[in-house]
Amino acid sequence: MATTAAHGATFSPASDPERAYEAVRAKRRLQLQAVSHVLMIAVALGIGAFLLKTGKAEVTTERMMYVEGVWLAIGVVGGALFAWLLPYLVQSKNSAPYVFVSPFFILFFIFGLGPILFSAILSFLRWEAASGLSGMEWAGFDGWLPSNYVYAATDKLFRVSLWNTFIVAIVSGLPQHIVGMPLAYFFHVAFKRFRNAITGAYFLPFITSSVAISLIFNTMFSKDFGVVNAGLDALHRLTGIGPSQHIDWLGKAPYTKPAVSFVVFWRYLGWNTVLYLSALQAISKDLFEAAEMDGATRWQTFSRVVVPLLRPMMLFAVTLTIIGNLQLFEEPFIIFGGSNGGPENSAMTTAMFMFKYAFEYSGEFGTACAISWMLFVIIALLTWLNNFIFARSGGAEGVA
Amino acid sequence: MKSPNAKAGSIAAYILIGLGGLMMIAPFYFMFVFATHPRDDIFKMPPPMWFGWAAYPMNYGLLLRRLPTFWMNFFYSVEVAVITTALQLFFCSLAGYAFAMYEFRLKKQLFATVLATMLIPPFLGMVPTFVIMNWLGLLDTHVALWLPAAVGALGIFMMRQYISSAVPKELIEAARCDGCSEFRIYWNVVLPLLGPAMGTLGLITFIGSWNNFMSPLVVLHNMEDYTIPLALRSMQDPQNTPWGAVMLGASLAVLPLLILFIFSSRRLIAGLTAGALKG
Repeated sequence: MATTAAHGATFSPASDPERAYEAVRAKRRLQLQAVSHVLMIAVALGIGAFLLKTGKAEVTTERMMYVEGVWLAIGVVGGALFAWLLPYLVQSKNSAPYVFVSPFFILFFIFGLGPILFSAILSFLRWEAASGLSGMEWAGFDGWLPSNYVYAATDKLFRVSLWNTFIVAIVSGLPQHIVGMPLAYFFHVAFKRFRNAITGAYFLPFITSSVAISLIFNTMFSKDFGVVNAGLDALHRLTGIGPSQHIDWLGKAPYTKPAVSFVVFWRYLGWNTVLYLSALQAISKDLFEAAEMDGATRWQTFSRVVVPLLRPMMLFAVTLTIIGNLQLFEEPFIIFGGSNGGPENSAMTTAMFMFKYAFEYSGEFGTACAISWMLFVIIALLTWLNNFIFARSGGAEGVA
Repeated sequence: MKSPNAKAGSIAAYILIGLGGLMMIAPFYFMFVFATHPRDDIFKMPPPMWFGWAAYPMNYGLLLRRLPTFWMNFFYSVEVAVITTALQLFFCSLAGYAFAMYEFRLKKQLFATVLATMLIPPFLGMVPTFVIMNWLGLLDTHVALWLPAAVGALGIFMMRQYISSAVPKELIEAARCDGCSEFRIYWNVVLPLLGPAMGTLGLITFIGSWNNFMSPLVVLHNMEDYTIPLALRSMQDPQNTPWGAVMLGASLAVLPLLILFIFSSRRLIAGLTAGALKG
């Protein structure tokens, strides 16, 4: 009866049967969505519980049971809330984007910003992890400076590690760009069919696990029987160039930094080459051809035309190298089997020094955080300086 | 009209680049060769230059004796990489879609924040991440590996670039007129168009997760929980490292990536550098 009544009053939009039907359908759709979300979350929870189980080989301890319970509770409550709210939020064009970007910000606050702020606070505290939250105490000041910072900075190893980091960063970093740029140009103009293959070969070290790489180089650099020394031997016998005796690359302090630098150079050369190559590919080919038509040699074209055009990419790539090299950790850490950095700490980087304080000196977290903040300030300063120099030497177009 | 001098120069350049390419591949070659030799053979002068299959079963046995959990560690690596990749693809494309196709308050600021997070050096959060994972009860679990990595700035950026260039706004308007909910537009209209970008981001994420060394080093402490990079490192022994077995383990760990790379190097390289070009 109601439908006929509604049908009679077609003039009123509110009682339009089409509209009414549409409203019912929309409601049904929302309900369906809610159900499907609940199902999805149930599946997600199942997976989560399974992972918690498999992630921890044996979930037998009471603590783990408790932890799992808490997580499950959070999951259920959060999941229900999520399932109830999401269809409504996502229904509206205005609220949907916030929902869509929220996962990033939630995770960033918990695992990104949170730790950093916490680390800033920790760097002023004296705290050993084992003593629990109540064991935190104010570290105080040494004169005008917070004592954790003073304590770390006056450690002789801190200066040693900084020196090592700088040397390795420069010795491995500069050649990456000095070799990478002409290499990219040569790939660009001289390779057609094999460009992908050769680029791939140079790029391969970049995508391989640092552990595998470090382990390989560990054997290759070994003193008496390593491939590197065998190669140098052969070179010496054939041409008379090079050392006549085996070098103890990983066992003698003067040689560890060159060895580590080589590994880093080897690993990141391809990455920088590919960066420059991609910048070159964005530049019109006519430009190079015009230069060659005007009688410029390839070298002249490179130094007068290509390098200036690559400036913006150079700034970007050099910035990445500075940031990456100054926090060098994995390669020396694995090659020398720990954070001591080989003989006389000659390859201990600052990041390794920090690791030592945090996880080896019975967890001096405050000092470790102080070290990491000092390193951060150094990296920020150098990045800024690099930007400044680029801007100064090349006008405004060099500034990204 | 090249002078013979220039020609010689360019031949020299080809040779140099060829040698450089060999230098790039040589360590991998030696890794595979050493994996088939016993320790005593590796430390001979000259070192072995060709495969010696005889020692392969011995090395494999040694590997499993020194690292009984090897295949479990391998499986954990796969597990973490797969979960990370799946979550990244979903969350990054969702956020990228929001940044590419919606107008909302604070959009610019939020996107700038996303990009700025790329500049944070990871070592800064190393110690507090350990503490926070401990508080959350996630220490020694694999959740601690994939949850923080479930969505990343690079992925969001890539997805935003791709969506704004590949998905026409009219399509979304049309879907909206037809009564699609906002999530349904994403799921049924936008997502099917993202194939290439998803492939690239998936590759990058998978490789990154597979190679990840720092976060498991901080978070995992039991050998049976290790992912493959940590497990391999744990075989190092100051006295008596079984190098043949270690190299075999390393080869097995690198092989999946190598195969993946051979089939996808172009797309991978293009994807990795796209961010640098536009950013």
